[in-house]
Amino acid sequence: MSRAIEIAGRVLDYVGDRAEAEVIAVGGEAALTRFANSFIHQNVADEGHEVSLRVAVDGRVNAATTTSLERLDDFVDDTIGIATLQRVDESWPGVAEPTDVVDPHHFDEATAAATPADRAQRVADFVAAAPDLVAAGYCTTAGHEVAFVNTEGHRAFGRYTRATLDGIQQAGGAPGPTGSGGAAGSGHATSQRLGDLDGAAIGALAADRARRGLNAFDLKPGEYEVVLAPECVATIAMFLSYYGFNGKTYAEGQSFAELGEKQFDAAIHLFDDAADPRALGTGFDGEGTPHRRLELIKAGVTQGVAHDRRTAMKAGVSSTGHGGPGSEVWGPSPGNVFLEEGTTSVDEMIASVDRGLYVATFNYCRVLDPKQLDVTGLTRNGTFLIENGEITGAVTNLRFTQSFVAALGQGRVQAIGNDARFADSEFGPGMMHVPSLQLERWNFTGGAAG
Amino acid sequence: MFDLAQVAVEGALAAGAQYADARVVVSKNQSIAVLNQEPQSIDQAERAGVGVRALSGSGWGFYATSEMSTAAARRAGEQSAAIARASATVPGPEMPLADVPVVDDSYETPYDEDAFAVPISDKVDMLIEVTATMQSVAGIALASGNLSFWDTNKWFVSSQGHRIHQHLVESGGGFDATAVGESETQRRSFPQSFGQYETGGYETVRRWDFPGNAGRIAEEAAALLQAPELEEGEKALILEGSQLALQIHESVGHAIELDRILGWEAAFAGTSHLELDRLGTHRYGSPLMNITADATLPGALGTFGYDDEGTAAQCVDIVREGTWVGVLSGRDSASIAGLPPGGMVRSDGYNRLPMVRMTNVGLLPGSSSLDEIIADTKDGVYMATNRSWSIDDQRLNFQFGCEIAWEIKNGKLGRMVKNPTYTGITPEFWAQLDMLAGNDEWVHWGTPNCGKGQPIQVAHTGHSAAPGRFAQVRVGVRA
Repeated sequence: MSRAIEIAGRVLDYVGDRAEAEVIAVGGEAALTRFANSFIHQNVADEGHEVSLRVAVDGRVNAATTTSLERLDDFVDDTIGIATLQRVDESWPGVAEPTDVVDPHHFDEATAAATPADRAQRVADFVAAAPDLVAAGYCTTAGHEVAFVNTEGHRAFGRYTRATLDGIQQAGGAPGPTGSGGAAGSGHATSQRLGDLDGAAIGALAADRARRGLNAFDLKPGEYEVVLAPECVATIAMFLSYYGFNGKTYAEGQSFAELGEKQFDAAIHLFDDAADPRALGTGFDGEGTPHRRLELIKAGVTQGVAHDRRTAMKAGVSSTGHGGPGSEVWGPSPGNVFLEEGTTSVDEMIASVDRGLYVATFNYCRVLDPKQLDVTGLTRNGTFLIENGEITGAVTNLRFTQSFVAALGQGRVQAIGNDARFADSEFGPGMMHVPSLQLERWNFTGGAAG
Repeated sequence: MFDLAQVAVEGALAAGAQYADARVVVSKNQSIAVLNQEPQSIDQAERAGVGVRALSGSGWGFYATSEMSTAAARRAGEQSAAIARASATVPGPEMPLADVPVVDDSYETPYDEDAFAVPISDKVDMLIEVTATMQSVAGIALASGNLSFWDTNKWFVSSQGHRIHQHLVESGGGFDATAVGESETQRRSFPQSFGQYETGGYETVRRWDFPGNAGRIAEEAAALLQAPELEEGEKALILEGSQLALQIHESVGHAIELDRILGWEAAFAGTSHLELDRLGTHRYGSPLMNITADATLPGALGTFGYDDEGTAAQCVDIVREGTWVGVLSGRDSASIAGLPPGGMVRSDGYNRLPMVRMTNVGLLPGSSSLDEIIADTKDGVYMATNRSWSIDDQRLNFQFGCEIAWEIKNGKLGRMVKNPTYTGITPEFWAQLDMLAGNDEWVHWGTPNCGKGQPIQVAHTGHSAAPGRFAQVRVGVRA
C-alpha cells in the first residue's frame, strides 16, 4: 500500500465520528542540482511525508499539518480540540461527496528514480553547450504521491513527477548596469519526464541570446510593439489567473474578470486543464474535488473563474477543483493553464515588425492595482530591438508599467506563436503552457538610466 | 536531539565528506486570518526533521528527512555526502570554509508572553473586533486581519565540534481595509503592508494596538477612492519608516549579499551592481546614510544567537557615511572574498540548505523628525506603506508604489493623493538622502516574506528605519 494512503487512512480512523474531516497526505522526494560560474555549487534533496487535516465540529473549523507521523493520535486530538473552541464558520461548505477521480497518470518512473548523476549530466550538457560562456541555473526532479480521504467516504490518490532544467549563459563577464558589461541569455524546459529535457539545446538557446545581447544600448522608454517569448507570456497568464480568474477575488470585486464580456482579443483562447496529457500534478485538488477543465477566455470572451468548495458555495455553483492549502485566504486560481498556440513562427512575427522589441523574459513583476491588472516589471536575459523586420541589436533592460488586461485587449494581439511549451513564470515553472505573442504595444516607462 | 544530529554528521563523514554539519529542527507555526468578521483560516503546522550539509570539493551536498530516527539520520548524512560527490561531474574550484570559533552554547529569544498559550479564540475575537470597526466605515468592502506565530527549536552539530541549541520565537500580524471602486481598488494596511513581525511573544502584537488604529486606517482607504492621482514629476520625496525599510531591503540588503556578488544566485535572484574591488570606496549614498547588519538587536525580526552554520550573531557595518564598507556573508563566501565571516547564513527549515540571508539590515537614525522634515519641504510628497515593489536583478532600477500619499507645499502637509509611485536608480537615489528622523521614530520593521534560493526559501528579516527625505525623485509613474 502507498505510504500516503496508509497515513491518511490512519488519521481518518483516529478522527472517527467526532468531526467532519478531510485528510490529505503528501510524500516523496524532491531534488535540485544548482550550478553557477559553470560548476555545481549546491546540490540538495529531501524526502518525507506530511499530512494535513481539516475538521469541522458542528461547523467549528480548524486545520493543521504535521510531519510527526509517530504521534498522529495526539495530532488528531489537538486539531479537534482546538476546533471545538472556535466560532461557527458560517461559510463552511462541508466535505466533498464521493466522486470518481480519474488519474491522469502524470508520472514517470525514471524521473521519480532520477539520481544526482542524472541531474548532473543535464547540467554538464547545458554548460558544455557554450564552454566560452559562464553558466548558471538548476536541474530539478521530483516524484510525489498524494492521498485524500474524508468522512463522507470520498477517496482519491495520485502520483506525479516533474523535471525542470533552467539556466542562463553569460557572455562578456557579468552583465553591466548600463550595458557596459556582458550579457545574459536564458533557456528553460519543464516536463513530467527528465528524459524530455535536452541540456545541450537549452544551453545553446541561452548562449545564442547571451551572445546577441552584447554591446546593448539604452533605448528611450515609450510604447513599442513587442514580440514576447513564452517566459513573458507565462507571467501574463499567471497574473491573469492568480489575480483575475480567481473565485475569491472575483466575488470580492477585486478581479478584472467580467463573465461573458469580450475583454480580450478574439484570438485568445485560455483554459485550465489538469487532465491534459502535457499537464503536471494529480487529477484532484486539496479538497478531493476532481480538477475540471475550465474555460477562462474563448474567442476573447471571459468565460469563468476557478472555485474551491467555499467560493463555489457562495457563488451557488460547483467547485471547479481548485481548492487547497491557502485558497481560503488567497483564493482558488488556475494552475494548469494552456494558451492555445497559433500558427505563426517567431521569425515571422519579427519579420512583420517595423520597429519594436523582442523580449525573452520578464523579471520582478508586481501588481499596482489588481482591478486593471496594472503591473510593473523589467525585461531580463535578452531584450532586442527589431527594425524593419530584423533584430538589429540588443538593448539594456527596460522597466514597464502596463495593464496586462489592456495589453491583450481587442485588436492588440497581432500574432500567436506556434511554439507553445511550459515556460517559467514569475511564480515558478510548470503551471503555464504558452506560446510567444506579438502585441501591438507595450508601455515601457524606464530604462537603465531610470 | 544533539545525538540525532551527531549521527547524521558521522554518516556524512563516513561517506567521505571533508566537512559536515547537521540541524535537527522542530518548528511550530500558527496562523489566523479573519475577513469581514468571519474566521477565514485557522491553521497550525508542526514540522520536524534533520538536514545534513556535506562539503566535498567544490560544492555542497544536502539531504533532509522528516523521519526522526537514528537510522534515517545516518542515512541522510550518507546521502548528503553522495550528493556532494556527484557535483564533481561539473567541478569548480575547491570551496573553502573560513574559521569560526567552535562553541557549545545555547540561545533563547527573550519574550514575555507565549503566543501559543494565548487562546486562539481570543486572537480571533480581537481580529473580528478590528474588522468590525473597519467595516463600520462607509465604502469599505473588505476588512481583513491576520496573525502568525513561530516557535522554532534547532540543534546544530558540526564535524568541527559545534553543539548549539537555539529556541527562536517570532510573532506578529496586521490588518487592512480595501475600498473597491468601479475600476480600482484602494487599500490601507497597519502597521505596514503584510503586517509587522518581530522576535518576541504576544506582547509584540499587543504593543501595536490594532483596535485603536482600525478606524483611522479604514477611513483613509475609503477616502482614497475620491482622492486625485499623484501627478507625474520630480520632487522631494519623504518616505514613512516602513516604506523606507523596504527600500533598504531591496536596494541595499539584497545588493550586499556576498553570494549574489560572487555570482552564485545569477540565474534566479540575480547578481549585484556592487563589485568587491570597490568595497571601501564605492559611494552608495549621501553622508547621512549609515547602514548596519545587526543580528543582535533586541526584538528585531532578524535577531538570533547563531546562524545556521554556527557563527555567532554580530553587528557588521555595511555603509558608513555613504561609503560601502561591508557585505552579508557566510563561511564559504567570506573565505573566497577574503573577509571575516558575518554569521548571516540561514535556512527556512530543516529541509533547506542554509544560504546568505539578511539579518537586520537597517538605516541608523538621524537627528531630525518627520514634523521637521515636512516643515522644511517646499514642494514634495509624503508616501506611506508599501503597495508594490519591483527592482532589477542587479538591485539598481527600482519602482515602488505606496498605499497613500500627501502633497507637501511650503512646509505643510496638503491634500491626500492616490496611486503614488516613485522610481529611481539605487546609488543616485541614496545620494539624494538629505534629512532623516531620529531615534524616537526609529522602528525595527520586520519582513516575513523574503524569497530567495532554489528551492525557494522564505526568510524573516529586519530593517530598522525612521522617516527620511530624498531631495529630488521621479514620482507618479503609471500604466
